Amino acid sequence: MSENNSVGLVAPQSAHFDTPLPLKSGEVLTQYHLTYETYGELNADKSNAVLICHALSGNHHVAGKYKETDKAPGWWDNLVGPGKPLDTNKFFVIGVNNLGGCHGSSGPSNTNPATDRPYSATFPIVTVEDWVESQARLMDYLGIQQLAAVIGGSLGGMQALQWTIAFPDRVKHALVIASAPNLTAQNMAFNEVARQAIITDPEFHDGDYYNHGVVPRRGLRIARMLGHITYLSDDVMGAKFGRKLRDGSIKYSFDVEFEMESYLRYQGDKFAGEFDANTYLRMTRALDYFDPALNYGNDLSAALAHVKAKFLVVSFTSDWRFSPARSKEIVKALLDNEISVRYAEVTAAHGHDAFLMPDPHYHAIMRSYLAKIKV
Amino acid sequence: MSQSIPMTTENTVIRPDFALISQWVKPNAKVLDLGCGDGELLTHLHHQHDIRGYGIEKDDKNWLTAMENGVDVLQMDLESGLSGFEDLSFDTVILSQTLQAMHNTEGIVKEMLRVGREAIVTFPNFGYWRNRIQILLGQMPVSKTLPYQWYDTPNVHLCTIHDFDTFCRNHNIVVIERKVITGGQDVQFLPNFLGNLAMYRLKIA
Repeated sequence: MSENNSVGLVAPQSAHFDTPLPLKSGEVLTQYHLTYETYGELNADKSNAVLICHALSGNHHVAGKYKETDKAPGWWDNLVGPGKPLDTNKFFVIGVNNLGGCHGSSGPSNTNPATDRPYSATFPIVTVEDWVESQARLMDYLGIQQLAAVIGGSLGGMQALQWTIAFPDRVKHALVIASAPNLTAQNMAFNEVARQAIITDPEFHDGDYYNHGVVPRRGLRIARMLGHITYLSDDVMGAKFGRKLRDGSIKYSFDVEFEMESYLRYQGDKFAGEFDANTYLRMTRALDYFDPALNYGNDLSAALAHVKAKFLVVSFTSDWRFSPARSKEIVKALLDNEISVRYAEVTAAHGHDAFLMPDPHYHAIMRSYLAKIKV
Repeated sequence: MSQSIPMTTENTVIRPDFALISQWVKPNAKVLDLGCGDGELLTHLHHQHDIRGYGIEKDDKNWLTAMENGVDVLQMDLESGLSGFEDLSFDTVILSQTLQAMHNTEGIVKEMLRVGREAIVTFPNFGYWRNRIQILLGQMPVSKTLPYQWYDTPNVHLCTIHDFDTFCRNHNIVVIERKVITGGQDVQFLPNFLGNLAMYRLKIA
């Protein structure tokens, strides 16, 4: 995408909330703030708002740049902008950093106003349900009664789905991309390995590493390396790296020998330098705990009985972490309730990461669906 | 056009086909159209009967067009059956001129009658006299209804009306109604010889 259909320079905003937020865990956040960004203009009757929910490592910075010299724009910049599939000439787009995050919204690295010390491990474990409740409060704050659409990929898709369950009258369309109605045991197993890498890092200090002036980098790095393996497909790793040697010959060492190792280490280091370990633990737990069918005898159709939103569900053929079969479970439950749903299974090589790629057919689907939404 | 697309764009045959299917669908019915193409039939049924329709379409281009036409379209491969669908969850399940392109022909008809209270199946009659003449002349039939050469055809299970009647008998399938048409005209006399397109309304015995 060229620069001229970028949302341009943007700035995050913050909203403070004093009304206590009861959490699913039973704990209560007495006060909190949410960091968010908006693109486009809210129309007079406030009917053109679209909320973008982020995934595991995402945040509110969806599109545009903070300053011209930023290396990269927001994480879904290829989708959001004037003339892009999610057209900011038509829609007022909102990105929000979820509670427990590390990019501005209240989270473990913030100071707990009650103690004047970082929350650290005492920051409560938040769930998808809690996030959606807090997002709804942000919509109240912005004066938005009903969202034209909620969009999310992966963990973000779970939030979009939860929106339609928790607030059936407040969301007209849900775009659930590369997501699932809950995690499989295998999927949760990856999360557990990631958490163990962090928790067993000697510099984790039971989550209180801020007060020790250290960061559990090793754990965070391994967690991210593991994640990256599962976000890509075997084919894409093969095509991207294959068995390519970094220096052309084998050195018989445990240093970086193969290009793939170089890539994973780079990704791990980069992530460990910018993401908070306590946030990572919480984000993975939110993934694990999401299971709207649980209170309905594991009957997802029953869980969606009161949903009113229309749905676009998209999966990607090579995504084995959130496979098409899981998306089809959502589709089936919607069909059982005679809810309007379109389901696309996009042929894509990039695995789970495909939902962030500007695949022409995928973006054509998003563009067409969003163009039809009346605001 | 890719080879995988069932022949749903031959308008000359399709229109009367749709009109007749429409007579077999009840108002406000919940309808599933297998291989719905660009969604024309579902759109037609929606306007005529205010049905609650869903389409299944495998091809990317058709899928996108169907969605743009306002159809609730699901991208799935019929060859793997309808396992995601509950028993009797639809009033009518339609397979319009796609049967002959299915590999798992027997399976899909069974699945249609599991998921739907009724099924509508339409297919080009291979016993049509023009097809027979081409065979007699020593060549595979090529026509408006069968617009493919033998080497590029998606049609792997062509059958005659006689064949399909036998299939229904052997599978405990009740033929509620059968219509045979040629060029939009009803064919009563020697349907397996003079009929170009066969249309069946089916249920389980």
